[in-house]
Amino acid sequence: MLEYRVEIALWAISGIIPFFMLNIWTNNNLNESLNISDLMLSRYFLCAFFVRQFSVVWVVFSFEEDSLMGKVSPYLIQPLNPFFRYFAQHLAEQITRFPFALIIAFFFFILNPESIWIPNLSILLLSIVSTFLSFLIQFLIQSIVACLCFWTEKASSIERLLFIPTLFLSGLLAPVVSFPAYVKSWIYLTPFPYLIDFPANLLSGNKTNISGGLSMQILWIFLLFPLFKKIWSEGTKKYTAMGS
Amino acid sequence: MVQNIIDVKNLSKSFDISSKEPGLKGTIKHFFRRKTKSLKVIKDISFEIKEGEIVGFLGANGAGKTTILKMLCGLIYPSEGSILVSGHLPYRRKENFLKNVTLIMGQKQQLIWDLPPIESFYLNASIYDLDKFEAKKRIKKLSEMLEIDEELFIPVRKLSLGQRMKSELLAALIHEPNILFLDEPTLGLDINAQRNLRKFLQKYNQETNATICLTSHYMKDITSLCKRVICVHEGSISYDGKLDLLLKKLSPVKEILIVCRSEKDAIKLVNSGFTVKNKIKNEITIKIENNSITSSLKTILNNFEIEDLFINEPPIDEVIGKVLIKKDYDI
Repeated sequence: MLEYRVEIALWAISGIIPFFMLNIWTNNNLNESLNISDLMLSRYFLCAFFVRQFSVVWVVFSFEEDSLMGKVSPYLIQPLNPFFRYFAQHLAEQITRFPFALIIAFFFFILNPESIWIPNLSILLLSIVSTFLSFLIQFLIQSIVACLCFWTEKASSIERLLFIPTLFLSGLLAPVVSFPAYVKSWIYLTPFPYLIDFPANLLSGNKTNISGGLSMQILWIFLLFPLFKKIWSEGTKKYTAMGS
Repeated sequence: MVQNIIDVKNLSKSFDISSKEPGLKGTIKHFFRRKTKSLKVIKDISFEIKEGEIVGFLGANGAGKTTILKMLCGLIYPSEGSILVSGHLPYRRKENFLKNVTLIMGQKQQLIWDLPPIESFYLNASIYDLDKFEAKKRIKKLSEMLEIDEELFIPVRKLSLGQRMKSELLAALIHEPNILFLDEPTLGLDINAQRNLRKFLQKYNQETNATICLTSHYMKDITSLCKRVICVHEGSISYDGKLDLLLKKLSPVKEILIVCRSEKDAIKLVNSGFTVKNKIKNEITIKIENNSITSSLKTILNNFEIEDLFINEPPIDEVIGKVLIKKDYDI
């Protein structure tokens, strides 16, 4: 069972992009022109790491593999949408990652003791809700893409197209506040800043529009869910049960 | 009167298939102007299956038997025609329908690879709304029937193929479906595992009166389980009826090897009017029609000095093999 423990630890470590970004930002003093203090920036990227740990989604890859291997067929004739299985898998893995994420945070605070802060309970609860909503948005986006497996065998290549805006506009590489005002206004109309930037800012105590952010997250879920249902219903009509 | 549980009328299924010429030129052409054609894999078939029947679907690879099963269980949509299974249109995948059926595909698994099968059983029990007590009861009953015990608690990846297949069956039957679709369930299993699986299916059918639709390339599965077979040839039904009738039709004569006491007796037998296939010293092989076998043997035993006698059944695989390459059988 050792390999599983190592695998879980590697998952957690694989999400440390925000720490690399923090290093690049602070070493090059990029935050000075944006009026963001080193302290706020380090808290932001730590929170981005946490949000990423609990909102990362890989359903498109799981579904694509299961479709090609014919494993979706037995799931399809059970009275439960197969995506609930993937949803449960993601939740289970998030719980498993939690202690490892805490260990990484512990080391982060040892290296950056000035960054230690305790968010108040209401902010913490809202951040947990917001992170879960971010997970739901990402899960729905990827599930919609995954359903394209019914038309094309390689839906993951379409997902790669989404990876670019997710990387740049979600706040993983840079807080959205660092973008020019004109670009920012457009970014906030997409679902991407609500994936990491909004929950990370909320948790780190940075200035953010809490009700606006949560409303946009809920709005995106309400827009994406019917779209997923429609594409699922049309896709299953196209299903050819290849590989089985 | 036994009710029809499956009713199929004028069912057809077409798939769009694209073709590509080899090489770089073919690839570029394929990228810009893809040629697709519609291939009709099931052609206007009709049949009915009664409750509690075990029906074997026979056919060569690509004949369309698995496609028929996939349509019957609601996995894929038909292109034309109608299917009613247990009063439902399968492709609508309504909850009531799904709770009544199961599909088992040889070497395709639904068990969670890294966990012991028992975890998958409880998961399936929840999916089918069974409470823990009922699930426990059914797992106990089915594991006894399948003769699995310790295997329930060992991770799936550590189980042998036979143990895995038994666990797959248990997972697929925990909701006690009354229609089973089995696509080559004994594929890759050793002889003992195959026999145990057949025994289990027979017992399950007797105890629950479940309807079983089965495809298999192992003729033993078909002969020991199915009284009725549906032969599929290039998407059409070439035969639908009793298996023993089909066998009689396909193999109307038996070969009998007779060992005479002396070569003189053998010559006497050769000249007595039987159809002789070959003769080696005092051993003669003759061909006798199935319907006159008793009277012919009586004549031989009464009139000739016989040392030994062997009746050779033609190999079932060979006989059924004839069906797979022929378009129509009128019995």
